[in-house]
Amino acid sequence: MNERRNGRSNGHLVVEDRKAQSFSVNREVFVSPAVLEGENRAIFDKCWIYVGHASEIRNPGDFRTRSVAGRPIIFCRDRQGTPRALINSCRHRGAIVCREREGNARQFYCIYHGWTYQTDGKIKSIPGDDAYPASFDKTTRGLVEVPRLEHYRDFYFLNFDTDAPALATYLAGAKEYIDLVVDQSPSGRMEIISGMQEYDIKANWKLMVENSVDDYHLVSTHSTWLNYMRNSGVNIAPPKGHLLPTKGLGKDLGNGHLTTDNPNYRGRPVAKWISIYGEEAKADIDAIRKELVGRLGEARAARVADSNRNLVVFPNLVLNDGSSVTVRHFYPIGPDHMRVTAWALGPVEETEAQRARRLHAFLTFYGPGGFATPDDVTALELAQQGFAAWRDVPWSDLSRGMGKSDNEPQLHTDEGHLRVFWRRWSELMEPRA
Amino acid sequence: MNKPVDPAATITRAEVEDLLYHEAELLDTWRLDDWLGLLTDDATYYVPPNDKPDSDHRFTLFTIADDIVRLRERIIRLKDPNCHAEYPPSRTRRLITNVRITGVEGDTISVAANFAIFRYRRNELPREFIGRYRYKLKRYNGVLKISERRAILDAEELGLLGSVSFLL
Repeated sequence: MNERRNGRSNGHLVVEDRKAQSFSVNREVFVSPAVLEGENRAIFDKCWIYVGHASEIRNPGDFRTRSVAGRPIIFCRDRQGTPRALINSCRHRGAIVCREREGNARQFYCIYHGWTYQTDGKIKSIPGDDAYPASFDKTTRGLVEVPRLEHYRDFYFLNFDTDAPALATYLAGAKEYIDLVVDQSPSGRMEIISGMQEYDIKANWKLMVENSVDDYHLVSTHSTWLNYMRNSGVNIAPPKGHLLPTKGLGKDLGNGHLTTDNPNYRGRPVAKWISIYGEEAKADIDAIRKELVGRLGEARAARVADSNRNLVVFPNLVLNDGSSVTVRHFYPIGPDHMRVTAWALGPVEETEAQRARRLHAFLTFYGPGGFATPDDVTALELAQQGFAAWRDVPWSDLSRGMGKSDNEPQLHTDEGHLRVFWRRWSELMEPRA
Repeated sequence: MNKPVDPAATITRAEVEDLLYHEAELLDTWRLDDWLGLLTDDATYYVPPNDKPDSDHRFTLFTIADDIVRLRERIIRLKDPNCHAEYPPSRTRRLITNVRITGVEGDTISVAANFAIFRYRRNELPREFIGRYRYKLKRYNGVLKISERRAILDAEELGLLGSVSFLL
């Protein structure tokens, strides 16, 4: 490592040496404004970026405003029923034309000079338009629409690159893991549950990618959560030779997507009872399981119900399918600052009791008031603070599991799946000749 | 605990204020077991999501929705040096104002108050948690206890407030 002590190796920020079984990431990637600007161009302008879920825009006129890939976006269903991703900026002089977080609109109105747009983005009216020259064509002055908007099983992604491959191609092996989430609904329809968790972390956004799937950190970062589980009657004793109660896998899903795939030990609303749910929930969870088996067969039902999976869709969407289902995306505000938004996802058919149980289970672990996430936030912020010395301690190590042969599986406590992210990041950010 | 008695005739705002100020001191000094002693055996603690401040935790994803079992577990966690987000414990200062008794129904006294909680940690931004409390109080053996506390934040999103890892 000494020859690289003070900087990049051969100009690269991600350095893999299979022979030496080493994998290093230069900490410049976490602190540099130039790297962030490069990411905006090479990643966020080129990849499919999650924008929202079909259930958030059920009816014509429904809209959600959010920041996606650094842009103000209106994610809406126009009054004819077509989902849209419109850039929330007046064509005249730039002001935001939709200020509410969510709602149902007949039109979008710019308070500055009164330009008004239809929900499909087309111009509706321009006050005093007789003052414009003859060459001014109103029909070309609608809100700019993001060039691509596609969905997979109701998860909508946008893309600023007209030439990008289709979403279904891009998602590659991630589709199978999205299916495992959506198949929890008897009708194949999941919905975003009301209530958002929107919080900032003073750390680089890529640390959240790592943290979301890094099961190596669980014991040291989350011992208080493990204690809570143990106090609640969950068996948290790890089998011999393992760090965690079950032996899980870390998987490469192609195109930079990755997942953990772990036998469940901590209970799942669909469909594995633990004592936290209460005795009265037992029969109900049995019934959910029975429906699952009847619809999917024994093997597929077990696949859906008996494993926990934290999925990263490159670059910045995480689906945690564990004690509940979270949809979480996050984006950079600066090199050392990200904003996280998280939602709970559940089957549309859930009864009131089932929904309440799902939400209760969500909060055992996840979220800014949960028993685990605040300690993740702290770990990431401490890492970012340490990166202030990036020129003196330039390299982060991600070599766990590299000594294994290709036939041996990478465990969830290895870093094989983290390397999947970094390889893809490197391909896009620092293409080799 | 004995059966609660009808509180309507006896409750005063001064008594409610004494309870809330005492509670604030216990929380600011991290005497968390003593704080648990202020609660009824079925107490609940809620922090609604910032975008849906007046919602119901059974249908809406909250930031915190603890029954007494989880609340006791939360205290175990907060006292543990491995609660990294709160170790060392944050320095907090709570200012409780605008205390009002808003209703008495059966054995339950409803109370509203405003709070400003200033929180300081080394190497972190100073943070201000501003909002309103909604309490439900009950009297047991003459002692006023908290059966529900709801801390509703005014911020549009948590944003730079980050985690809610201490008790609001």
